[in-house]
Amino acid sequence: MNILKLGTKNLLRNKLTTFLNVVLVAFGIAILSILFLASTQIGNKLEQNAKDIDLVVGAKGSPLQLILSSIYHIDFPTGNIPLKDATELMQNPMVKRAVPLALGDNFQGHRIVGTDSGFVGLYGLKLADGKFWKQDLEATLGSAVANDAKLKVGDQFFGAHGLSDDSDEHKHHAYTVTGILKPQGNVTDHLILTNIGSVYKMHEPEHNEAHHNDEQEIDNKEITTILIQYRSPMSVVIFPRMVNQSTNMQAASPAMESARLFSLIGVGIETLKWFAFLIMAISALSVFISLYNSMKEKKYDLAIMRCLGASKLKLFTLVMLEGLMITVSGAILGLLIGHLALHLIGVYQESSQARLTGIFFVNEELYLVMAGLLIGIVASIIPALQTYRVDIARTLSKDK
Amino acid sequence: MIEIHSLSQKYTSGPTLNFPDWKINDEEQWLLLGASGSGKSTLLNIISGLLKPSSGVVKLNKTDIYSFSLKKMDQFRGQNIGIVFQKPHLIKSLNILDNVALASSLAGIEVNHSRVMDLLDSLGLADKAKNYPEELSQGQLQRVSIARALVNNPILLIADEPTSSLDDVNAEKVMKILTDQASKNKASLVIATHDNRIRDKVSKAYLL
Repeated sequence: MNILKLGTKNLLRNKLTTFLNVVLVAFGIAILSILFLASTQIGNKLEQNAKDIDLVVGAKGSPLQLILSSIYHIDFPTGNIPLKDATELMQNPMVKRAVPLALGDNFQGHRIVGTDSGFVGLYGLKLADGKFWKQDLEATLGSAVANDAKLKVGDQFFGAHGLSDDSDEHKHHAYTVTGILKPQGNVTDHLILTNIGSVYKMHEPEHNEAHHNDEQEIDNKEITTILIQYRSPMSVVIFPRMVNQSTNMQAASPAMESARLFSLIGVGIETLKWFAFLIMAISALSVFISLYNSMKEKKYDLAIMRCLGASKLKLFTLVMLEGLMITVSGAILGLLIGHLALHLIGVYQESSQARLTGIFFVNEELYLVMAGLLIGIVASIIPALQTYRVDIARTLSKDK
Repeated sequence: MIEIHSLSQKYTSGPTLNFPDWKINDEEQWLLLGASGSGKSTLLNIISGLLKPSSGVVKLNKTDIYSFSLKKMDQFRGQNIGIVFQKPHLIKSLNILDNVALASSLAGIEVNHSRVMDLLDSLGLADKAKNYPEELSQGQLQRVSIARALVNNPILLIADEPTSSLDDVNAEKVMKILTDQASKNKASLVIATHDNRIRDKVSKAYLL
């Protein structure tokens, strides 16, 4: 019979109170852990996906939308830009690498991206199977796409117009899978890569229509965006201004827009954080009140234990332990809930590109366990100190 | 052997109590008699090391028990003195077996399971070992507290008004248990009481 067992038995005697306290602590910790995990994951994803991209050029509109649509593949594109203007920009001496993107189709919610081999270099893509796309209507799948759609090299599939559903399929042209990428841990896992020509082919007038304006079509060709890598950091200042002022296109910096996005979400995160702190403060108060109240009843128990030979320190430890067991188990339960909740969010999340996972750990979680310890100490120190003031002789002989 | 010598206890608001010298030999059984307020409980608390007297000494087997540090005193009491209170004061969250075993572990003695079960058995409580205090009657709880007082083979068993809230039949039973168990466990026995029903059960008496 050690004091750990005794403490556990004392807690189990007041199951409901103990349960309430554990749940309160767990709730606060769960909210905080979800916040930590989600913001770290989102931050990591944002960073990884935009790693080597200095600038995105696309049609005028919201710069944030431009970044979201062409780097994170979440939002809709702002529109298209003329291929002629784009080519001109791509040949600018300040540009080290420029990758054109043609968006607009999807397959089962996975975006089909028309691009060139520069994309492979930009993201450092590696093949798990097959080869990269070359001809029109050849496609290389991101690892997650191949998994979800159960496609393998040699299979065929139809793209659909739009970015999110497959109601409007391009039945005339089927893509052939020529390769499947290794998991990259970024947005490319969820993309279907093909050449720009394939995207044009999908959208060109159907063959039974008049052929006479083919020539004009080529001149009017458009793409959606260009991902740009600068030759030198000096260009950060000049190049975007040049694009924004002298062309009909707009330039947006992923770094700046991500920061802006984070500051927008930041208010919400901050509010939730304070809410969680409030819950944790309430839980500390609740643990304190339950321990403090139980001290009245426990006075006899403590006096009798002193009588039986327990030292004051032992009883102090017993009361501290009861408080700590509540808050630490609450903290651990909270972390479990946090991970589970985040995993469930990930499972039911619509946008597969920014999927969250519960199987992810951050150092801050250790702080949360320590916060649990701290709450326990704060809540139980006063009741525990009371054990020093119990007058055994008086307590036991007065009760007649 | 327990000895008290020129003991007195001074209360800040009240009289100073002086206690006559007293010597209790091994395995002797004594009654501590006196009217309410005469200081019976005070003397018991002093003898059991719970209350430091204003002056005088208490010797248990030649050791002055108030020369110990507080922590040492707690341990000494746990190992050598068994106390039965008027109310059983059992720990509600522990079953009967654990309540008795707790006395050993708190005194820093390894729990001897067969000793605990033997005691419970001799007090007619063997079948209640796994029950919780609230499931037992007052009389049964009183017997559990006697078992708890005896589990560490104390030199001295002290009972403070053990019969005052019991009816005649139960009072007699408890007295028999106390005297029988004390001699069986080779402990000296001191029973503080103002209950006339039990006066003739024990021959030696110390009057306050």
